[in-house]
Amino acid sequence: MDNDSIDQIIDKQRGKPGSLIQVLMEIQDKNQWLPREALEKVSEKLEVPLSRVLRIATFYKTFKLIPEGRHKIHICTGTACHVRGAQRVLDTVQDLTGIKPGETDPDLKFSLETVNCLGCCTLGPVLEIDGKTFGKAAPAEIADELKKYE
Amino acid sequence: MSEIIIQIDGRDVAAREGMTILEAAQTAGITIPTLCHHEKLEPYGACRICTVEIENRGRTRLVAACLYPVEKDLVVRTRSEKVDRIRKVILELLLAHAPEATELQVLAKEYGADKDRFEKESSFCILCGLCVRYCAEVKKKHAVGFVDRGTGREISFIPEIASRECWNCKECFPLCPTEALQAAYVLTEALISSSPSFKLEAEE
Ligand code: SF4
Ligand code: FES
Repeated sequence: MDNDSIDQIIDKQRGKPGSLIQVLMEIQDKNQWLPREALEKVSEKLEVPLSRVLRIATFYKTFKLIPEGRHKIHICTGTACHVRGAQRVLDTVQDLTGIKPGETDPDLKFSLETVNCLGCCTLGPVLEIDGKTFGKAAPAEIADELKKYE
Repeated sequence: MSEIIIQIDGRDVAAREGMTILEAAQTAGITIPTLCHHEKLEPYGACRICTVEIENRGRTRLVAACLYPVEKDLVVRTRSEKVDRIRKVILELLLAHAPEATELQVLAKEYGADKDRFEKESSFCILCGLCVRYCAEVKKKHAVGFVDRGTGREISFIPEIASRECWNCKECFPLCPTEALQAAYVLTEALISSSPSFKLEAEE
């Protein structure tokens, strides 16, 4: 991780416990996830107990405490996609990648998340890989698509 | 501080402004059950077992006695059909998590709660927060905290702090109404002693 830029973010808010969430968001933005050492540093410099930093960092879904994969898969499990077979899409992706929602594989290739709406329900079931949308997703097509990612 | 007269279970009780219903009841020797309340800690209102019925300006409401401040002309009922029913369900829900907890069993008997009513989900912890708050408010060590959210919420010792502070304290152990706290501690201890980056104070 880029230690200097993390230090910079933290140093700006030194001694300001109220800036906790903002600082965590900025670090996450720069680094994609929140390493333990960064959280310890945040705790020390912002003068917030580590237990509280962890409470906040584990409460919000935005914050990641494990490294993110190179490719991010978002599967919609909202109502429309649900009735159109989101579970099958999810099962397929889980089988192919070996990870569950919220996880990253050991090679840091994929991270998987479920979301509640991607804003294009008529295309359901929908999934998104690195921001690119795939509509009416069929298991075979998903398998082909996932092979393209390194 | 001005005195306020309130009525609890038909008795007039003198209370000071700023007191909670629970405190006023205690001074009058009236018992209201509590699980997450501790006199050394800030009121928290997590367990809701202290729910009582109040009547003010003709309206009836249910409030947590450990949080609700006394006010003029307040009428409080610590037991009523409604209150008892609510306490019973709360106990049944908590017992799904910690069926063995003695404190819960005693209350269950009194309110006729069935420990098998809901499917068991033995997390053991009932999230009363006594351990977390005692460590933060009284000991000011913050060695144990809450993590995660919703149904996944649980307590967790922070190894970095626990390895320094807990060995000689453990004052939170007797506060826990269940076995969750000690189990979590033993787990953390095992993690700490198997990881070279931590060293228990007692070993040094
Ligand atoms: S571990 Fe025990 S004291 Fe701590 S929150 Fe859970 S039930 Fe309460
Ligand atoms: S004692 Fe009042 S909510 Fe727990």
